[in-house]
Amino acid sequence: MLSFLLSRLLSMFVVLLGVVTLVFFLIHLVPGDPVQAMLGESALAADLESLRIALGLNEPLLTQWWLYITNLLQGDLGNSLYSKEPIFDMLVERFPATLELAVAGLLVAVLLALPLGSIAALRKDSVYDNSAMVFSLLGVSIPNFWLGPMLIFLFSLTLGWLPVSGREGFASLVLPAITLGTALAAILARMVRATLLEVLSEDYIRTARAKGLRESAIVIHHALRNASLPIITVLGLQLGTLLGGAVITEIIFAWPGIGQLTIESIQRRDYPVVQACILLISLSYVLVNTFTDMLYGWLDPRVRYSV
Amino acid sequence: MFRYQIIIPSIILLLWVLLALLGPLLPLQPDFIILPNILHPPSFEEWLGYDDLGRPVLDRLIMGARTSCLVGFWVIFVSLTVGTLLGTLSGWFGGYIDLIFVRLMDIFLAFPGILLAIALSGILGPGIENVVFALSCVGWVGFARLARAQTLSLKHREHVLAAQALGAGIPRILRYHVLPLLLAPLFIEATFGIAGVVVAEASLSFLGLGVQPPTASWGSMIRDGTGYMLVAPHMVLAPGLALLLVVLSVNILGDKLRDRLDVKSRGDNN
Repeated sequence: MLSFLLSRLLSMFVVLLGVVTLVFFLIHLVPGDPVQAMLGESALAADLESLRIALGLNEPLLTQWWLYITNLLQGDLGNSLYSKEPIFDMLVERFPATLELAVAGLLVAVLLALPLGSIAALRKDSVYDNSAMVFSLLGVSIPNFWLGPMLIFLFSLTLGWLPVSGREGFASLVLPAITLGTALAAILARMVRATLLEVLSEDYIRTARAKGLRESAIVIHHALRNASLPIITVLGLQLGTLLGGAVITEIIFAWPGIGQLTIESIQRRDYPVVQACILLISLSYVLVNTFTDMLYGWLDPRVRYSV
Repeated sequence: MFRYQIIIPSIILLLWVLLALLGPLLPLQPDFIILPNILHPPSFEEWLGYDDLGRPVLDRLIMGARTSCLVGFWVIFVSLTVGTLLGTLSGWFGGYIDLIFVRLMDIFLAFPGILLAIALSGILGPGIENVVFALSCVGWVGFARLARAQTLSLKHREHVLAAQALGAGIPRILRYHVLPLLLAPLFIEATFGIAGVVVAEASLSFLGLGVQPPTASWGSMIRDGTGYMLVAPHMVLAPGLALLLVVLSVNILGDKLRDRLDVKSRGDNN
């Protein structure tokens, strides 16, 4: 188990180093001069040069990269070009909001998908099954930046039940969470249905039935537990999409998280902050996937023994 | 029942492509401002009403179809070409080249794709070419992974070994003996991919990072409309429904295609 853990951590580190490097070079190699963009078209050449020196942008690219990596490893993300605030503090301030939204979206997805997919599998080819699959197809196809405004229109503007935007209390979390979770719920519901259908035809399910277990016990303890592995895999893989969707959802609902910070920083051409935001989201994604891998061992002892 | 599920989405997609291709030939005035008509609701004269600047929504919708179609096809074309080339070469040569390449793909897959596209197009600035570039930077990885996996299994097939034994060069083997066999799954992936790209383009335009105004995009139309939902819901409804219909059609057809070709359904690649 320990060597498994260590090898996972090592490969995680390599991937993250790669992510840092990739983002760094993409941002620095893209045409356009950030200094020019910050000072505007009419800036004097001397001002441009002094700002460039102040930001270390006159150094060779590899030197800049090395400096960035070494600073990063010491927990120094640099300062915002716009507000001069340390970027680390900005991220700490914004991250809880994004985490809250992502967890809520995930909950919506799981809470919708598990019953929907399970009942669809248990009542295969019934009206229920068909409507669950229509929901799933719609859920995958509906863009979140359209679903969000539609939900606002219906529940906030017309019915007046929920706040339009912002982050104040539980009520303000409902619409963003639904907006974010729907697509994942749709994908997951399909996955739950497909996996359960496979599992339900296994011998041990027949045995459980023969023992006279209640249907709910069979589904929850025998079928769903064995179906959980592929479901967890899809969940882990889709989390990247969820985090990407969080950026857009945050913009729709003026949710003060990392996504909003990313877009604001792009508009202000505050590249160090953009870079840090991307790193943070990638870090969360990679961490969750590593965690998912470890969860396998706990959910299914067969995986643990084969490592 | 089954027939309708293929015919209706096909008609919608055909209409989408036709409007995109013929858009410039139609007498449209997507940027023509008629001030007295600002936020005018749909009527018999103007089917989809007018937007917040007094521009006809229908005309903009058709030009938006052109934008999404153009971006969709270009991104898929570039991603497919680059991904297939890199994936095939990596799978064929193996060794260190392959090792480095697999690591590179891991790194690209460690981002939520749309995030990288957001950052790139934010830095590059608005414009159709920049959107295509940003989305292709994200899109090639899926094709490369598929092409690599296919090549790995194809390169030990008898007909490839026979070609090698006959002294065929590597470019010739790849061109005539490997590529034709791996294109089918890649094209299926590409069909599915168009839905994702169309949504991604609209997402970028929704965030103000996509096409340059006044060029119409369904994403930017939705964004413009969100401010007027109570007085002019048609501004959000029309482009949203258009987008939904196209994506839904691609997904339904993709499903049918997958069922028919019996590719193992995994549910995680859309």
